[in-house]
Amino acid sequence: MQWFDALVQGVLLGGMYAQYALGMALMFGVMKIVNVSHGDLVILLSLVGISLSSSFGLGPFTVMVALVPLALGLGWLLQKAILNKVVGEDPLPSLIATFGLSLALQNLMLQIWSANSRSLPGGGIESKSIQIGGIYIGLLPVIVLVFAVALTWGLDLMLKRSRFGRALRAAAADVEAAAMTGINPRRVYASATAIAVGILGFAAVFQSLRSTVAPADGGAQLIYAFEAVIIGGMGSVWGAFIGSMVLGVTQALGFRIDPGFGVLAGHLVFLLVLATRPQGLFGKA
Amino acid sequence: MSGPILSTHGLIARYGDFQALYGIDFEIAAGEAVALIGANGAGKSTFLRAVMGLLPVAPDMVRMEGSNIGGTATDRMVQMGVAIVPEGRRLFAGMSVEDNLRVAIDQAERLGRKGGWSLPRLHDLFPILKEKARTPVQSLSGGQQQMVSIGRALLCQPRLLLCDEISLGLAPKVIREIYAALPEVRAQGTSVILVEQDVGLAKQASDRLYCLLEGRVTLTGRSIEVTRDAISQAYFGGSHAVV
Ligand SMILES: Nc1ncnc2c1ncn2[C@@H]1O[C@H](COP(=O)(O)OP(=O)(O)O)[C@@H](O)[C@H]1O
Ligand SMILES: [Mg+2]
Repeated sequence: MQWFDALVQGVLLGGMYAQYALGMALMFGVMKIVNVSHGDLVILLSLVGISLSSSFGLGPFTVMVALVPLALGLGWLLQKAILNKVVGEDPLPSLIATFGLSLALQNLMLQIWSANSRSLPGGGIESKSIQIGGIYIGLLPVIVLVFAVALTWGLDLMLKRSRFGRALRAAAADVEAAAMTGINPRRVYASATAIAVGILGFAAVFQSLRSTVAPADGGAQLIYAFEAVIIGGMGSVWGAFIGSMVLGVTQALGFRIDPGFGVLAGHLVFLLVLATRPQGLFGKA
Repeated sequence: MSGPILSTHGLIARYGDFQALYGIDFEIAAGEAVALIGANGAGKSTFLRAVMGLLPVAPDMVRMEGSNIGGTATDRMVQMGVAIVPEGRRLFAGMSVEDNLRVAIDQAERLGRKGGWSLPRLHDLFPILKEKARTPVQSLSGGQQQMVSIGRALLCQPRLLLCDEISLGLAPKVIREIYAALPEVRAQGTSVILVEQDVGLAKQASDRLYCLLEGRVTLTGRSIEVTRDAISQAYFGGSHAVV
């Protein structure tokens, strides 16, 4: 029963990681960009959300309604102003640019919000739980998981069925050939990053509801997203989701073995996948 | 008759320090089919890429209906009515035949390009594409892939179609099948630039031809008038011949 409980908690934790990993998988899949500032963007959006909440007395879901469009715009701007200038065959320029952005964002956040930890008041939902067959399940983690499934499903559907999704897949497969059919790659890229960061708008609300956030916390979020994406297979939406589940479950089981072992267990599974199946569980060799 | 639909004027193209084209003067009229022949490495693909905005060139080196358009972005070239069947086909791997074609349909819609090509009409031209609609493109045969690549370009509703070695590596029967589509493309009023290794095929399918050698035009003339001798001299070097 204890292990089953850990499994459930792990899946719920995976729901949080999936919300980080989706955008990272999208950006990597389409542009081969590993956005090092991904975690810092979650924290930035969290802090903005917390400030919105305290300034205007908004509830968490109202904050979400404000934060997601803001995040979409931020992502679009990020691509137009910075990433479109460094995207290309060589992954190094974009790596350096996003690393620089990560440092700049952290300093900016320190200036504005100081190093203090804050969290988003949830009006009680963060501490509510439901009991199913002897297991207590937090309401918030369930909501997080539902959002994660919905976001993954929606993103996958958009990629498969919509005009924009086809353009995105075409640009991911061969950007030059995509331009030969009339696709404007820079425009498609800007929309892809807008969506990737837009999803972080959801993640930011949940992250700051379930724990505290401080300007320097971005690194850990980045690592979890990165590990989930590698485990699942770079560039696949459902792969990122499954990778997040594997990471969440591993961490929860590891934590059950020894509280100090949880995060490490996740890293070990990540390394194991990298060593034995570098294309990820769902990636093509 | 109006002037050429597209022309180049002293077109120069480079790959870093290496100069691949040394001042190409070229023109094609509306409705015309022009073949571009030449040995491997002569610069034929480079010429098409330069025209298509895939290599940096100066604005006045390419003109379309009187305007300087050299170096225009590739997606804008498509919007202006130029499409390419690129060397190596360049299909979107991992996507089905139908999705590959839909990408072009989507963009033609987005860019407001109208023309005579539709999915049903393409299926009439190449029936196998209907049968294989759901098949991932990478599991098609070479000839079928070439049909997808041609179809994708046609669905951009071009006024000028650039074809880069569409017969390369295909069986004679398949080549005939693909070339049989050309009259229908031309009947649409579409101009065609045909890059072709097979000189016989090139002569037969075109009104005029240009021969390139090491980045320069070594022969131009009406396809039915140029002689085998003139071509072989232009192809492999010797003096510059104009027929
Ligand atoms: N990407 C490239 N980088 C450097 N040189 C190239 C590149 N592509 C082609 N070339 C060179 O440019 C010349 C013309 O090539 P290309 O246009 O492909 O010839 P063709 O299509 O007539 O066979 C050749 O000498 C070739 O080696
Ligand atoms: Mg070539």
